[in-house]
Amino acid sequence: MSYLQLIDLHRDFGTTKALDGIEISLGQGEFLSLLGPSGCGKTTALRLVAGFDRPDKGSIIVDGKDVTRVSPSKRDMGMVFQAYSLFPNMTAEQNVEFGLKIRGRKRADRQKRVEELMELVGLGHAGKRYPHQLSGGMQQRVALARALAIEPRVLLLDEPLSALDAKVRVQLREEIRRIQLELGITTLYVTHDQEEALAVSDHVAVMWSGRIEQMATPAVMYNSPATPFVAEFIGTMNRLEATVVDGTSGEVDHRGARMTVPAAQGLTRGERVLVLVRPETLEVAPVDGGSSANGGLVGDIVAHTFLGATTRLKMLGEDVELIADIPTARVEALPIGTRVVAHVPLEGVRLLSLADADAAPASAASDPGDQ
Amino acid sequence: MAPSAYVWLLIGTAYFFIPLLATFLFSLKSNQTGKCCTLASYTWVIHNGQFWHTLKISFLLSLETIAISLLIFVPTVYWVHLKMPRLRPVIAFFALIPFVVPPIVLVVGLLKFFKGSPDWFYAQPWGFLAAAYVILAFPYMFFSLDAGFRAIDVHTLTEASQSLGASWPVTLVKVILPNIRAAALAGSFLALAIVMGEFTIANLAAFHTFPLFLQYVNETQAYPAAALTLMSFGITWAAMASLLVFGRRRGGRGTAIVGAR
Repeated sequence: MSYLQLIDLHRDFGTTKALDGIEISLGQGEFLSLLGPSGCGKTTALRLVAGFDRPDKGSIIVDGKDVTRVSPSKRDMGMVFQAYSLFPNMTAEQNVEFGLKIRGRKRADRQKRVEELMELVGLGHAGKRYPHQLSGGMQQRVALARALAIEPRVLLLDEPLSALDAKVRVQLREEIRRIQLELGITTLYVTHDQEEALAVSDHVAVMWSGRIEQMATPAVMYNSPATPFVAEFIGTMNRLEATVVDGTSGEVDHRGARMTVPAAQGLTRGERVLVLVRPETLEVAPVDGGSSANGGLVGDIVAHTFLGATTRLKMLGEDVELIADIPTARVEALPIGTRVVAHVPLEGVRLLSLADADAAPASAASDPGDQ
Repeated sequence: MAPSAYVWLLIGTAYFFIPLLATFLFSLKSNQTGKCCTLASYTWVIHNGQFWHTLKISFLLSLETIAISLLIFVPTVYWVHLKMPRLRPVIAFFALIPFVVPPIVLVVGLLKFFKGSPDWFYAQPWGFLAAAYVILAFPYMFFSLDAGFRAIDVHTLTEASQSLGASWPVTLVKVILPNIRAAALAGSFLALAIVMGEFTIANLAAFHTFPLFLQYVNETQAYPAAALTLMSFGITWAAMASLLVFGRRRGGRGTAIVGAR
């Protein structure tokens, strides 16, 4: 049964549609990430759930109760903000205690709860420090403890890690997930970092232009993107425009190169499709005869990007631009300038109707991480 | 510090302290003989009932002005920053009016405007004069508070407080006010200084305040006037210092203004 429901939420700012009828249903104790580029409406959605803004249309249901018009101070939502939001005039402990004081909890109860939470976020030693005496990561931990202190019905996190450096970000996101699982608290997490969303969530909702493009588990989102936008936003994807040649065998034609894609089976001949291939699934080898026969795409390696265990190759052919990830150990055999053939695997290829694909930017490959 | 900096510091110090020193030496002269050195002028001031009476009126008036100004302007500036930022330049424009309109014009206008109002207001310094001083203090209080609110993340602090269950008044008193304390104190200092030295409005509205007593002594007795000037100077500074101590007493960080790092 759904614990948190956003039903047909609309929010306009002047002529801009920040939210255009989003629907979300989240079970109790689940972790959902709202993922999308800047301006996609994810923070607007979170603010509506928190009560800091009101929807033009639609409703927000928490545990069966409509809270759409309830003031934020009465919603019992714990929130961690993108900006450091600790009260500068209070120590870390006093910050965590604040919500409990408002609720009129007894002093002994408050102290016990504050101690528990400060230990939970690993800051038992820093309770007497003021926010300006804490690092950014520590401040966000205290903010998390403060949000959890009131035992919120839903925990809302608005890009809480975006101001932190990479190492702290990874460490803290794992702690957030650990604490969320430990407490079993329903969590809505806003981020523009797809790696972050995939790493910690039970479900990910990719948003674009005020709409939810796809909501699924991280694995489904990565392996079976529902739209070209999702395919581009989640990880890196090669996009190959093709035409179905044989709907029985699943053979498609990409600018003269023939490939067999099982997902094309059953489609009608001549139908235009978009073949989406992950860089890590491409098999790259030096060309012997210089032809693109046997379903291979031929091109020259024009760039190497070292990524640690893997190296990203950029291939340019007459009519093709591809990105392939290969084990770094193999790079020496494929120096820049080598003519190579890339074979598209039979499995793991996603096929979308080109009519849907027209809605998205038409680049050969995209990597949100590069932006 | 470079040697030239010491020279400039010395010049600056001399510029401010030589007049004070000269006034002090002048105040030590005898009213009868005109020779140095006696504390008779100070004794005369301290034993003068009018001195204490007018000082009390002006000091209480300044506290009243500060209290009314803070009550009006803190919530107003907070709300403008939070909900109506477009209104800020408009209020800033209005705040400049007391600078542009001379006090003599202001008092004539106010006297006409409030003519016919109840005696408890019109005939009492705590009514009419306090209202006029709140107007005079408006620019100082507004710009001080405005700077204070700009130094903190009002939106995030407010939303964080509300998400934890705090109402608007609790948010204002427990979260916002402690973090703009420095700005509120700065505005209060300026308001205190203005009220303690304001002459034109009090004179034209026929209220007997400390500056009027100072002026009276200045016209009639030269040496006690110098003593009184120095004493008023010291009293104003002492009042400011006490405000500072009072303002800093609560909270661990005193006048903390910390934005996101």
